[in-house]
Amino acid sequence: MPGPYKETDLTERVEAFLSDLKRGGTGAGPLRGSAETARETTALLRKITAQARWSSAGDLMEIIRKDGRRMTAAQPSETTVGNMIRRVLKIIREEYARSRGSSEEADQESLHKLLTSGGLSEENFRQPFALLKSNVIEAINELLTELEGTTDNIAMQALEHIHSNEVIMTIGRSRTVEAFLKDAARKRKFHVIVAECAPFCQGHEMATNLSKAGIETTVITDAAIFAVMSRVNKVIIGTQTVLANGGLRAINGTHTLALAAKHHSTPLIVCAPMFKLSPQFPNEEDTFHKFVSPHEVLPFTEGNICNKTDLNHVPTFGKSFSDLDISSLSGFF
Amino acid sequence: MADSGVIDGPGRKDEIERAKSEGKDLTKEEKQRLRKEKKQQKKIKEKKDDKASQENEKEKKPVTSAAPASQPPTQPTVQKAPSAVPATAPVSVPASEASVPADKPTKTKAELKAERRARQEAERASKQTKKGETGQQAATSKPKAPPSDLQPVVKRLPEHIQVDNPDVLKKLAKKLERQQIPLRSDYGYKVSLFSHLHQYSRKAPLTQQLSIPSTVIHPAIVRLGLQYSHGIVAGSNARSVALLHAFKQVIRDYTTPQNEELSRDLVNKLKPYISFLNQCRPLSASMGNAIKYIKKEISNIPSNCKEDEAKNKLLNCIESYINEKIILAGVAIAKCAIEKQKISDGDVILVYGCSSLVNHILCKAFEKNRKFRVIVVDSRPRLEGKEALRRLVQKGISCTYVLISAVSYILPEVSKVFLGAHALLANGYVMSRVGTSQIALVAKAFNVPVLVCCETYKFCDRVQTDSFVSNELDDPDDLIVTRKGTTPLEGWENESSLGLLNLVYDVTPPDFVDLVITELGMIPCTSVPVVLRVKNVDQ
Repeated sequence: MPGPYKETDLTERVEAFLSDLKRGGTGAGPLRGSAETARETTALLRKITAQARWSSAGDLMEIIRKDGRRMTAAQPSETTVGNMIRRVLKIIREEYARSRGSSEEADQESLHKLLTSGGLSEENFRQPFALLKSNVIEAINELLTELEGTTDNIAMQALEHIHSNEVIMTIGRSRTVEAFLKDAARKRKFHVIVAECAPFCQGHEMATNLSKAGIETTVITDAAIFAVMSRVNKVIIGTQTVLANGGLRAINGTHTLALAAKHHSTPLIVCAPMFKLSPQFPNEEDTFHKFVSPHEVLPFTEGNICNKTDLNHVPTFGKSFSDLDISSLSGFF
Repeated sequence: MADSGVIDGPGRKDEIERAKSEGKDLTKEEKQRLRKEKKQQKKIKEKKDDKASQENEKEKKPVTSAAPASQPPTQPTVQKAPSAVPATAPVSVPASEASVPADKPTKTKAELKAERRARQEAERASKQTKKGETGQQAATSKPKAPPSDLQPVVKRLPEHIQVDNPDVLKKLAKKLERQQIPLRSDYGYKVSLFSHLHQYSRKAPLTQQLSIPSTVIHPAIVRLGLQYSHGIVAGSNARSVALLHAFKQVIRDYTTPQNEELSRDLVNKLKPYISFLNQCRPLSASMGNAIKYIKKEISNIPSNCKEDEAKNKLLNCIESYINEKIILAGVAIAKCAIEKQKISDGDVILVYGCSSLVNHILCKAFEKNRKFRVIVVDSRPRLEGKEALRRLVQKGISCTYVLISAVSYILPEVSKVFLGAHALLANGYVMSRVGTSQIALVAKAFNVPVLVCCETYKFCDRVQTDSFVSNELDDPDDLIVTRKGTTPLEGWENESSLGLLNLVYDVTPPDFVDLVITELGMIPCTSVPVVLRVKNVDQ
């Protein structure tokens, strides 16, 4: 029978995705970019919409929320998962509202409405609609195509931001920034300085990719960031998340880079697609760090100092730094 | 006589006219003087002709060797006194008349020489003041030869920051050939911003090109050079002490050849050694100061000193230099830091890399039972922090170890930052291991005090505002690393647009540094030129 098989198939998929998330985050499995995570999350949510048993929008939202909570718990540092889930929930709400026939304007919560309506709206999304399923799936497909095109859309704006003979600095490895710079390199000649970002040294791969595209690249160590900053015209970085207060959650070392750029009054540009924008607020400075095993920093072969040293501080993602001026957020298109 | 007449003509006329205007006849004495002047002019002119032919071969700017054509006021910068003197002597003669004491009509040759020299001094003094008042200063007779006095106007740039100038490279090659030292060739693609600096590979040490046994270079120096180029001896104090010990060995093994003076020959012997060490690894500021001190001590050895005595004296000098400037200075700095409560109980101290002085301070503070913990920050590719970590942990100090990219995470816990220095520049900038300025920047952003510990022998007359003009480029292959089974930078030489930059030093602006602890006390960063001036006066 199609029903139970579909369900077991679905739960299998969800479980597989969860374990993938858990593994991928520790750096042991294949490192997946945020775009892939976003795409897979959305695809999985589409599958849930298609195959799970639900009768009304409310049911669907409950299922998605439940699964979503499990997904975010599997890898809290991957905020794109949470962002995508919120997007899909919003899609469901919109489709429901459209099916019910209420107009767009009335649907928007004006300040007046908020004050006068008193209490939560009575929407409990219980009304079943036949076409809701197909509408939601169609909307999710649109979302998926949107996700496909984010990197290209950002890269298209590259020439507006890079002039010729510029020196650009970046840190670590970001696929968005790589596409951005490669696109600009087709028409302009400029130099790129890549900070390698120990201990994983993702910057090395970024540098080789950029140099293969014909861009003059230099690899520097993290320690030399401030030393060379005086000759840099722009700093272009990618990020993992953009927080609600404008702060960034980005690869370790970005805070230092931003401080150095501020000292030399160098503009800092962040290339971030829409799915990286998160409604989370950093209440404390320490809430967003992610740590990995200190083995990368001080390997166990150096045992005699290892057992006497306090080594649990190997953050891979750094805190937000909304207090610094970040001049523009490309990617709002 | 006719030649000198041409030169002397205007001068003599002046004098005669002046004498006439003063209403006296030329006395007998004055006539004799004039005759002697003429003779001296002739001699000076002959000497000048000789020197002019010599000096044309040197690289100095030729300054109006055609002396007759120039008048003293029109010579803006005078570099060679002999060429200047003939043209100006006639003018200076009346002026210096008054100053030259005991002007007897009958003089010996030595007295004439002394008189001429005094006149030359007077002429130079008058030029320096650029006014007519000349006579009174002639009495200050300097012991050095005249040409060296006028040198400071042209500054000779150090060779190691002019690698992009092919003329300088050629000159260097010639000099090394003369001294029989092999020239080390640059390696790898250099980042365009640093094309004026050398970049060597550790896999090609200089000693491979030396013949064994080397007759020119003392074996202790060869060993030292290898230790430098491979990083076995690293850190500015260690390098200076190793250098001084090697020089002590050289002095012990030295014998003065016949007809040579120890004070001059030994200095000449040391020159190729210094070039060799420079080729192995560029000299640090502290080493430069130590070498200056040794050379001064050697040249101050009186010529009547016996060889053994002189050698003992030099060895003692070097011992006392090491003792005073490095060891005792370190003790004084540690005492200063601990007693003035710069390390108090409950402190969390951040240190960067491996500075022997900072490690010494922390160990001493721990011995005095201060309760603190240390965070050691380290950076690739040298990873010197591991050595510091080893030393501190052996003493029993509780330490944390992070990489420099995590410093903005760990700084809120830190109460003080202690940094070592490679050199302190005259404009207050601190030259230190690359990454120091970054730590100071982030510490400033978090309002954590930054203390730099530095002995005074590392103070340097140079001025630098960025880390580009004068730096050291280490082997770029050090950046290559294998992570997760892949080595992305493996074939970087084949990529034409890929460059690796391995900087060694950087400069920290003085506004990031709160305090400098030296053996003279605690001074702000901007007081470095004051200390330098005081030291120069002392010497």
